[in-house]
Parts: sequence; structure tokens; C-alpha cells
Amino acid sequence: MRRTLYLLLGLLLIAGMVLAGCGGKSASSGTTGGNTGGKKEVTVTIGFTESQTGKYNVDSTAQTQGFKLWMEQVNNAGGIKLSDGTIVKFKAVSYDDESKADKVQQLYTRLATEDKADFLISPYSSGLTASAAVVSEQYGKIMLATGAASDSIFKKGYERVYQLYTPASRYLTGAVDMLKANAPDLKKVAFVYENSKFSTAVVTAAKEYAAKQGYDVVLFEGYDKDTTDFGAFINKIQDSGAEAVLGGGHFQDGSTFARQIFEKKLPIKFLALLVAPPNPKFAELGDAALGVVGPSQWEAAAAYTPDAAKAAGLTWFGPSSADFAKAYKDKYGEEAGYHAAGGYAAGVVLQKAIIDADSVDAAKVKAALDKMDLLTFFGHIKFNTSDAHGLQIGHEMVYIQWQKKDGKMVKEVVWPKEGATADLLFPLKH
Amino acid sequence: MEAILRSLIDGLLLGFVYGIAAMGLTLIWGVMNVINLSHGSLISLGMFSLYFLFTGLGVHPYVAIVITAVLGLLLGMIIYAVAVHRIINAPHLSTLLATYSVNMIILGIGTAILTTSPYNVPFDLGSIKFAASVVPTTRLIAAIVAMLVAGGLYLFLQYSRLGRYIRAVTDNRDAAEIVGIPSAQILALSFGLGTMLAAISGALIATFFPFTILAGGAYELKSFVIGVLGGLGNPVGSLFGGLILGVIEGLVPLAMPTTWTPVLEFVLFVLILLVRPTGLFGGSE
Repeated sequence: MRRTLYLLLGLLLIAGMVLAGCGGKSASSGTTGGNTGGKKEVTVTIGFTESQTGKYNVDSTAQTQGFKLWMEQVNNAGGIKLSDGTIVKFKAVSYDDESKADKVQQLYTRLATEDKADFLISPYSSGLTASAAVVSEQYGKIMLATGAASDSIFKKGYERVYQLYTPASRYLTGAVDMLKANAPDLKKVAFVYENSKFSTAVVTAAKEYAAKQGYDVVLFEGYDKDTTDFGAFINKIQDSGAEAVLGGGHFQDGSTFARQIFEKKLPIKFLALLVAPPNPKFAELGDAALGVVGPSQWEAAAAYTPDAAKAAGLTWFGPSSADFAKAYKDKYGEEAGYHAAGGYAAGVVLQKAIIDADSVDAAKVKAALDKMDLLTFFGHIKFNTSDAHGLQIGHEMVYIQWQKKDGKMVKEVVWPKEGATADLLFPLKH
Repeated sequence: MEAILRSLIDGLLLGFVYGIAAMGLTLIWGVMNVINLSHGSLISLGMFSLYFLFTGLGVHPYVAIVITAVLGLLLGMIIYAVAVHRIINAPHLSTLLATYSVNMIILGIGTAILTTSPYNVPFDLGSIKFAASVVPTTRLIAAIVAMLVAGGLYLFLQYSRLGRYIRAVTDNRDAAEIVGIPSAQILALSFGLGTMLAAISGALIATFFPFTILAGGAYELKSFVIGVLGGLGNPVGSLFGGLILGVIEGLVPLAMPTTWTPVLEFVLFVLILLVRPTGLFGGSE
């Protein structure tokens, strides 16, 4: 009996020492420095959460893969060299947020306090980013928000959150312009959208814009995020006499909606949906995908080049779209979508800010971000520094449409005209 | 008038799918007083079974439904033996937790392997014009299959020896054992049949809706409402419960925003529980 007691005590002591060791390691992370052959080297810790499970899994994984590709490329190229000879390298600390806002708050607090992350990257989606932004601001950490298009996050007075995506208020307005340019006689428009923070913000802004452009908004209604049967909405659209439908939400509902519109042969001439159409998997719908338009934050075909930067009087920074797309495909074996590009772009923007600041000091990097006005493979990056600090004001959406070429579904850029790879297929052929 | 007819047809077609999704849940509840919280994930497995049989092995979707049904029956009997049998006489909380655990295991493994990406069965039989409505053929076939399955289940329970055993165990398990009915095997068969119905409904849904591993959850929730409407323990009543729910979902949006539909459905759920707890179509108390 006594021997067993001693054994248990001994085991407890060992377990205690191991735990203490682990705790010490965690507490010592954050910016770490060292001397390598006379050069000073610092490792910057970048924290973020990834939705490894839950409904944002697909888009979030692509975003994280894009970011990790950037980090790997920068570290393999020897890091960022500052003017005093300091080499800056990066390491990532990440957790699974399960696509849940409460996990995000808990994990970003951990990233800021226990992991001592120097900079943060947002989770995927506006809802989760809104939760992360509260924490990043509270702990004074700079957070690059990618995968989050909501405007409202940036109207709360935050000073350290910077948006990369075109905000929701400008997400679908280009589709209205496109419609006007291609079908000046079309007047009746329906908005059917997912009842989520992001989609509601997008369509509310697009509806106001459409009304100003003289359109008659005959239906404006949201659907629950778990909707699988759109029969009731399709009947309502038909009864309203709408000729064009704009809306959608995320991939699953958007692809289901498009498929059912096709199956029920809804007599509309134009269909533009959020998020789903730019995803390469959308083409699996076959003929139901034909003619469907979708706004995209980035497309490999979009013409953002050093020459375009020169013509616009902007600084060019980072790889070309083709280089990024090739590197992504080589590493992950799949085509890069805009979520992946957004993740990579977050790294590029942070890299440029550190170079401009010539430091990893948060205040100096923040000043560099505030001044930033550059063109990257992802598009124009410039942040609002006044009433809605951090809101993206440079970046513009491109609009894609699925068309058929030689019997194969291909994704064409159809708007804006200067970046278009094909004319808009109009009207829809069901 | 045309709009009402169109919405009514859509609602009825949806109702058949809801009905068959709920049948499995009510059968298991009726026979063994177990609320199967893994019902939704079993519906999802039915969806993926059809997907892989069709896209991976090239099996025709309607043949794949038969294979899925057999696989569902076997899986249900295994789940019963492993997770439910030992606690079948324990308080309800134990069986709730056991089936919830099975649910989490299926969803955990499913998410790890299949992710939560949407899958789509690239199968299209075109559409047919039916009265004022354009109806996808796959949905019409799903409604016919649902009716056949419900009819088959009714005949099986009423006229087959095993069906009579199941009803005997449902009515009084102790008395059934006294007359020599092997109640453990009958309970396993019932759980297997319930799982089979969940798998069939998942496979049918997969022929016309895209899905994820989490998609079954929404049908599980509807199944509770339908179960109460049709009478918990009355699987054939579920089909009628499903039709009522489908018609509500078809017609309500004509009069008010669609987001009000679930509110009305759950108000009805509470009202039925208060006024007629055995459901509109009877069932065991």
C-alpha cells in the first residue's frame, strides 16, 4: 500500500514537472530573437483560427492554405531583411474555431495572451471576424481581416483591424451596372438572399443602388441559412414577374438555389449569386451553372499587373496572379479561388507594411498600413483612415459567369469591361 | 389560383420526403421508447452512400437506394447491439446520450474524411409540366418511392410474422417475451428498420438536393415535429404528418415572409403536444 502511494506521488511530481515545462514553452513564444552568423534574426508570431470543422470549413481551409503558402515562400526566401540587417521570419500559431463565434473569442484571447502573437489574421466570414476584432482591439494587436466583407465591423471605432476584401456595400453594385449596360430595358429585379450578416448587408446596399438606378425591386426576401428547398421562393419570384434575380449567400445554398431555378425552368433573364459561382465546384451543376454570374474578390485572369500599377500611378508589390496561382496549384494540387488568394494577400500586405515600417514594431507597422496605397495580384489595397478606420476603399470586385466553350464549362470574367475575358451571356437559357 | 396550385404541388412533393425522413424516428420511438438522436447523421450517411455508389461505382441511383437500404438495416442493427442494447431499460437520458454519442462519432469521422463541403449527385431526369407547376422528375419519383416504402412498411407491420412480433414488443415487451418472442432480436430489427428508413430518405434527398455531412440535422428537427403531428410510434402516420408540414411550407410563404414558416410549424408542434399528445393519427401513448 505504501509503495503504491509513493509510486503515485512520484508520478504526480513527474506529471507536474512536465506540465510546468509545457507552460513555460507556451509563455515564451511571441517575437523571438537570435543571432545567426552575426545577423540578428527575429521570428514574428502570426496567430489565427481556422474552421477545420463546421460550415466554413471549405472556404476557411483555402484561406489558411493561401496564407501558409505566403509564409513558406517568405521564410524559404530568407525572410524580410530590414535596413539594420535584421532578418524577419514568421511562424504561425493556429487553432480550430469550429466555425463558431464563441470559440473565436476564446481562441483569439489565447493567441493574444498565451501565444503572444505579434500580428493576427482574421478567421473566415464576417460573423467570426466581428468576434475576433473585439479581441484584437482589446489587446492592441493588428489584425488583417481577410474573408470578411462586412462594413459594420469597421464602423465601431476599431483602430487596428484592416480589411482586404471589397466591403459588402460594394459587393453586388457592379452586377447592377452590368445589367444596366447589357439590358437597358429590363426593369423588374428580385433580391432573394441568405439571412446572414454578410448577405443582408450586401443586398441591402445593392437594393438601394438598384432603386437609384431606376429599377423596380419587386421582391426582397431572405431565407434561412439551412434552406434546402427553394420552391416557395421560386414560386414567389415567378409571381412577382421579376426578370432578374440577385442574392444568394454561401456556397451550399447558392448552388442549391441555382440548381432548383434551372430545374423549375424559372423564366428569368439574369441570375447573380454571392460566393457560390466563383467556386470551381459550382461547375459540377452542369447546365444549371450556365449563365450564372457571381462576384469574386479575385480571379487569376483579372488584369492586375506591374504595368497596370504604373498606369494607375500605384506602387506594385508581390508576385503576379499567374505566379501565385501556379505556386498554389503546385503545392495543394487544386486551383486557387479567391479565398485562397485572400489568405495569401493578407501575408503580402503584412510583408509590405513591415518593409515600409522597416520594423516589426506594431505602432510603426500600423502607420505603414494607414499610408498603404498599392496594387498587388489581389487588386488595389487602400484603407480608410477616417470615419471607418480599416475599411477597404481601394479593392474592386470582378464578376465571373459560367459559359460553355467546346462543350466544357469555363469561367469567364465579364465585368468590369476593362478586365473582361468574354461578353456577358444574356439572357439566361433555361 | 395558379400560384396556390403551384405552391400546393411543391409542398406535397416536399412533404413526402419529410414523411419518409420522420418514419424511421417514430418507428424506433414507438417500439423501444428511444429518441434516436443519431437520426440526422444516419440520413446524411444515406446521402453519401448514394453519392459514392453512383459516382464511384457507377451504380444507377435507384438501384443504389436499394443497396443503401440494406446497408442502413445492417448498420442500425450494429448500432443497436453496440450502443443501445445494454441501456434499453435504463432511464431515457441514457439512451438519449448513447444515440447522441453515436451522432457525434458519425459527424466527427464524416467531417474528418468528407469535410463539410457540399456534395452534389450529378443526376438529372429533366422536369415535367404538372398542372401549373414544373416538377423535377427526381422529386416525383421520390414521392412515389416514399409512398411505396410507407405502404410496404404498413403491410410488413400488419401482416408479416416479424411485423406482428414488432407490434407485440411495442405493446408489451414482457408479455411478448413470455409467449416466446425474442425481444432483443426484434428490438435490434426495429432499430435496423428505423435506420434503414433514415438511409432511404437520405438517398432520395440526395437525388435532388446538394448535401453535406451535416445536412441530415435539419431533417431530424423536422422529423420531431412530423412525429408529433402523425403520432409518435405511428410510422405510417408520419407520412401524413410530413404532408401536412410540406403543405404548410408550400402555402404559408404565399401570405407572409418565408421566415415565418418555422415559427408556425413549431407553434403547431406545441399546440398538438398540449391538445392531442398522441398526434393527429393516434399512436401509442
